[in-house]
Amino acid sequence: MATTAAVPTYSGTSEHAETGLWSWLTTVDHKRIAALYLGTSLFWFLIGGIEATIIRAQLAFPNGKVVSAQVFNELFTMHGTTMIFLVVMPLSAAFFNLLIPLQIGARDVAFPRLNAFSYWVYLFGSIFLNVSWFIGSAPDGGWFGYTPLTTLAYSKNLNIDFWVLGLQILGVSSLAAGFNFITTIVNMRAPGMYFMRMPIFTWMAFIVQFLIVLAFPVITIALIFLQFDRFFGTNFYEIAQGGDPLLWQHLFWIFGHPEVYILILPAFGLVSEVLPTFSRKPLFGYPVMVYSGMLIAFLGFGVWAHHMFAVGMGPIADTVFGVTTMLIAIPTGVKIFNWIFTMWGGVLRFTTAMKFAITLVALFTVGGISGVMHASPPADLQQTDTYFIVAHFHYVLVAGSMMGLFAGVYYYFPKFTGRLLDETLGNWHFWLFFIGVNLTFFPMHFSGLYGMPRRIYRYDAGQGWELFNLLSSIGVAFQAVGTIIGFWNFWRSSKVGAIAGADPWGAPTLEWSIPSPPPDYNFATIPTVTSRYPLWDVKSPALTADVPPGVVDRGRGRTPPTIRIPTARELGIPMPNPSIKPLFAALFMTLMFASLIAIHKDKVQLAVALVIVFAGALTASLYAWLLTPLEDEH
Amino acid sequence: MSTTAVAHAHAGHPPTTTGLDHRKIAIWAFIGSECMLFASLISTYLIYKGRSVTGPFPHEWWCRATKATSAAGPIAGCPAGELFKPILNIPVTSQSTFVLLMSSLAMVLALAAVENNDKPGWAGPGWGGRLLESSKLWLLTTAILGAGFLCYQAYEFTSFIHEGLTIKTNLFGSSFFTLTGFHGAHVTAGVLWLLTLLAIDIKRGLGPRDALLVDISALYWHFVDVVWIAIFTLVYLIR
Repeated sequence: MATTAAVPTYSGTSEHAETGLWSWLTTVDHKRIAALYLGTSLFWFLIGGIEATIIRAQLAFPNGKVVSAQVFNELFTMHGTTMIFLVVMPLSAAFFNLLIPLQIGARDVAFPRLNAFSYWVYLFGSIFLNVSWFIGSAPDGGWFGYTPLTTLAYSKNLNIDFWVLGLQILGVSSLAAGFNFITTIVNMRAPGMYFMRMPIFTWMAFIVQFLIVLAFPVITIALIFLQFDRFFGTNFYEIAQGGDPLLWQHLFWIFGHPEVYILILPAFGLVSEVLPTFSRKPLFGYPVMVYSGMLIAFLGFGVWAHHMFAVGMGPIADTVFGVTTMLIAIPTGVKIFNWIFTMWGGVLRFTTAMKFAITLVALFTVGGISGVMHASPPADLQQTDTYFIVAHFHYVLVAGSMMGLFAGVYYYFPKFTGRLLDETLGNWHFWLFFIGVNLTFFPMHFSGLYGMPRRIYRYDAGQGWELFNLLSSIGVAFQAVGTIIGFWNFWRSSKVGAIAGADPWGAPTLEWSIPSPPPDYNFATIPTVTSRYPLWDVKSPALTADVPPGVVDRGRGRTPPTIRIPTARELGIPMPNPSIKPLFAALFMTLMFASLIAIHKDKVQLAVALVIVFAGALTASLYAWLLTPLEDEH
Repeated sequence: MSTTAVAHAHAGHPPTTTGLDHRKIAIWAFIGSECMLFASLISTYLIYKGRSVTGPFPHEWWCRATKATSAAGPIAGCPAGELFKPILNIPVTSQSTFVLLMSSLAMVLALAAVENNDKPGWAGPGWGGRLLESSKLWLLTTAILGAGFLCYQAYEFTSFIHEGLTIKTNLFGSSFFTLTGFHGAHVTAGVLWLLTLLAIDIKRGLGPRDALLVDISALYWHFVDVVWIAIFTLVYLIR
């Protein structure tokens, strides 16, 4: 761990060579794609939040009259689907895009155009899913889409068709990104960046990609069966034909439980970057953090049926899945303790990012403990389908994943934009969101234990649920105001925030060695890495000796200093050419799936014709894309 | 497996960490993912095996009028037009399986021909050697054998439909057509891929520099072939 790292010494910021709408439509730069993911997923976070707000308005008092039962079903279905597939996964993907190449010392991902394709598929898929609102057929079968409720016999309108096709489209995006990031991490690490020197965020991202490429095919098939049942009259979930609705539940949760770790591990990774920097200490137990991440992912494939205790699988299956579920608490607990020991004795700086990160450690533990409670089948039979479960998974997803992702936004915003987020606004954002989350979700433990079922659109007075529901609804107001302040901060600070410089936090990993925002080629010289924390080796041999002053308002509103950074051409670095073809491929693929909707409008011939046309257009775009070289000849 | 040309090792690009081309890593990740896809399909077929409430059945005779089944032979006393024979035609499918397996052999020869394109005479003297050296011949042969397999599948599907089994008939029909149809779609994509390579070969010739292109298509092709061996064993051969 002695001296190290030929870290480039230039710093400052540069204007992107290209601007304008066309440059964004054709970009293949992982940093700009990251920004697109970030902006789009934050937009859907607002939409999903509005859906949640209406749900809580309806439930604030007994016998609420804000929305009808049908609209309520659509709201909770789309709230769940949006937050999982359109917010947490793509917000994580924004960080995968920004950070994986920067943290391993690469100039881009392995397949830049495939990366653009993933984003455009996500964008078009998310739009397709939400178009359903405007034709009055938003999905209404829950984010889990249980059969037979979602089969044609019980859901004759287009609602479920939008859900099935939308998830298929979004799955393509995640899978393509998964292959891309696996290849990037395996094959594009800088010299000396051995696996056990990779930053923990990249490690968690690596593990998540394996979860994605192994879990998404399973839901693809489950959805294909449902799609075929609905469109072509097959019998996969037809009980009269001997079909078993439990097949759906098994396939869905074989995907669905790994999906839970797909949602939380990126946040764990971000927190594992934030805590060492603001504790001024290396991460405690780095190898154990890596192994526990692997163990969580591995065990995550063996616990799916704990979502199904109530169907009556018998004592053997219940016991096995109860035990495997409790086992996951061990590697997860290891992570919690390692984060605590990272902070122990450190020089703590309570920036907004640090507050969000510490909150994940504290509140994820609350959700984790209630998770262990319903790992026990007898307890679960009391808790299943009550608000206790709602409390549990919101503590792990909002107080866990979202807190971690917000920590990541506050920590990496300077790297995205070159400007720091405002800490005063950040404080308001954090505290209002923190209070709101606890006020909303903690009382749900009680309304659940008092027997309030999930997914009911209204309830009678006099069952002891009024107070808890009112508290939950008040909490949403805090979350909403906090989020609005946060979004104002993101928008405002991107214009006038303090100039960040290359490394505003005194952080240890490679991404902080290059300018903010990074030049399109990232690293002028590919660094050689000799330790896990190359920048700390260079800057501060005595790790806690020179604590930076923290965030001060240095130059708020100023334009960035005009330090000129050499262009890729001057440095002789070959860059991939921009391309519009991934966008077209994504568009035609989305339209191809969307055309199937016509079948249920009894226009089978139209549907077939449209599918053939768009499949042809998709194939043509793919050929045009693949037969064009990525770069100019040199 | 052959060595892989490192396409990105030219000026400006750092060498890859493993020395392998990115596309080689990606195709393996893709194949891993595809394993889960086919595992889900095959598991569903096996879970639903024997659970159809109505015939025709894969391995048994079935009388529609009496609902009787028999694994031994035709059911005596079943009215005319009501008797359905076991639907799977193992002799014909054995032929198509053989065709697909031979296509993998042709694929191996195509890759060898491309990799050794710069060494005329590598395959030995005479017309046999010249045949082995022709990458176009082996790419075309692979594509034709793949297309032949698809013709067998088209024949199989239409004959099943004539015998009274469609994707809507029963659980067996739904899971059988979906599983083998997905496999057929993969073969179709592979044939298109091979024909694209053949077009490139005809246009400008494929040499050792392009071996990776053929290599990854071969990995995909062999994978699709291996999946068929699993399907043939689990669906057709095991009763």
